[in-house]
Amino acid sequence: MKCTEFLKELTDYLDGAISPSVKSELEEHLHWCHDCEVVLNTTQKTIEIYRDNKLYELPETLRVRLHEIIITKCKGSHSKKTSK
Amino acid sequence: MEAIQQKAEDIVDELTLVQAAKKGDLEAFSQLVKRYDRNIFRIAQHITHNEEDAQDVVQEAFLKAYRNLQQFQGNSKFYTWLVRIAVNEALMKLRRRRADKTVSIDEDVETEDGSMPREVADWSPNPEQLYGQSELGDILKKTIQGLPPGFRTVFVLRDVEGLSTEETAEMLGLSVPAVKSRLLRARLQLRERLAKYFKVKRGGDSQP
Repeated sequence: MKCTEFLKELTDYLDGAISPSVKSELEEHLHWCHDCEVVLNTTQKTIEIYRDNKLYELPETLRVRLHEIIITKCKGSHSKKTSK
Repeated sequence: MEAIQQKAEDIVDELTLVQAAKKGDLEAFSQLVKRYDRNIFRIAQHITHNEEDAQDVVQEAFLKAYRNLQQFQGNSKFYTWLVRIAVNEALMKLRRRRADKTVSIDEDVETEDGSMPREVADWSPNPEQLYGQSELGDILKKTIQGLPPGFRTVFVLRDVEGLSTEETAEMLGLSVPAVKSRLLRARLQLRERLAKYFKVKRGGDSQP
């Protein structure tokens, strides 16, 4: 297996969506290819960092305000619908 | 087993709430808003990079969903349907702000070279600890903002929000292979850009 072939399968490998035979080929490649091993580990870490450090949390005060606006507008649209 | 049961309850619950909301039960709809508003805000911010736009997207997506509830057939999950509405709203906002009016989720930039790993130095064992929380947040934001909108949207839905490839494809109106291809390139490009901050420096100094 070449490095480019390894890269093609990287996403499925990380997601565990891969057949046992392809998986063992990839692992065989990893055994001797240090560069691909680094790419695999650091890609895994990239995913974890973004998953664990959720950016853009909605502040609670803003959340309450948005909720009020949404429900008020829904009420308005509901009365328009029923008055048809 | 417990997790599976919990998930089944959530789905039933969501359907019950949607059915009630369809009959005009605003309290039921309010529960749906509370359940998903944080996710919609996060997705919208990732696409638009603008807090004001993201707030608008949250409002408009829920309002649109409410007004079109009768058209929601229940073939997919309500959340899948809602995210699809929100992504479209967010892309519209982005188009309005950018001189480039062609922003689209279908945008499949040919970046074979950009996705080929060039940086193969190992990362520091705990890269997150190299930076303070707010500095790390800035690095992560800056890095993901550099991706084309189609790539970062797929990455956010799959890897940040934890949705399946199939759900992501349905939300974005893309094929499963198209989602996989974008996800691979998004992951590799983010990795390449983060390496600059997280790699082990030669000489044993891991500080950037």
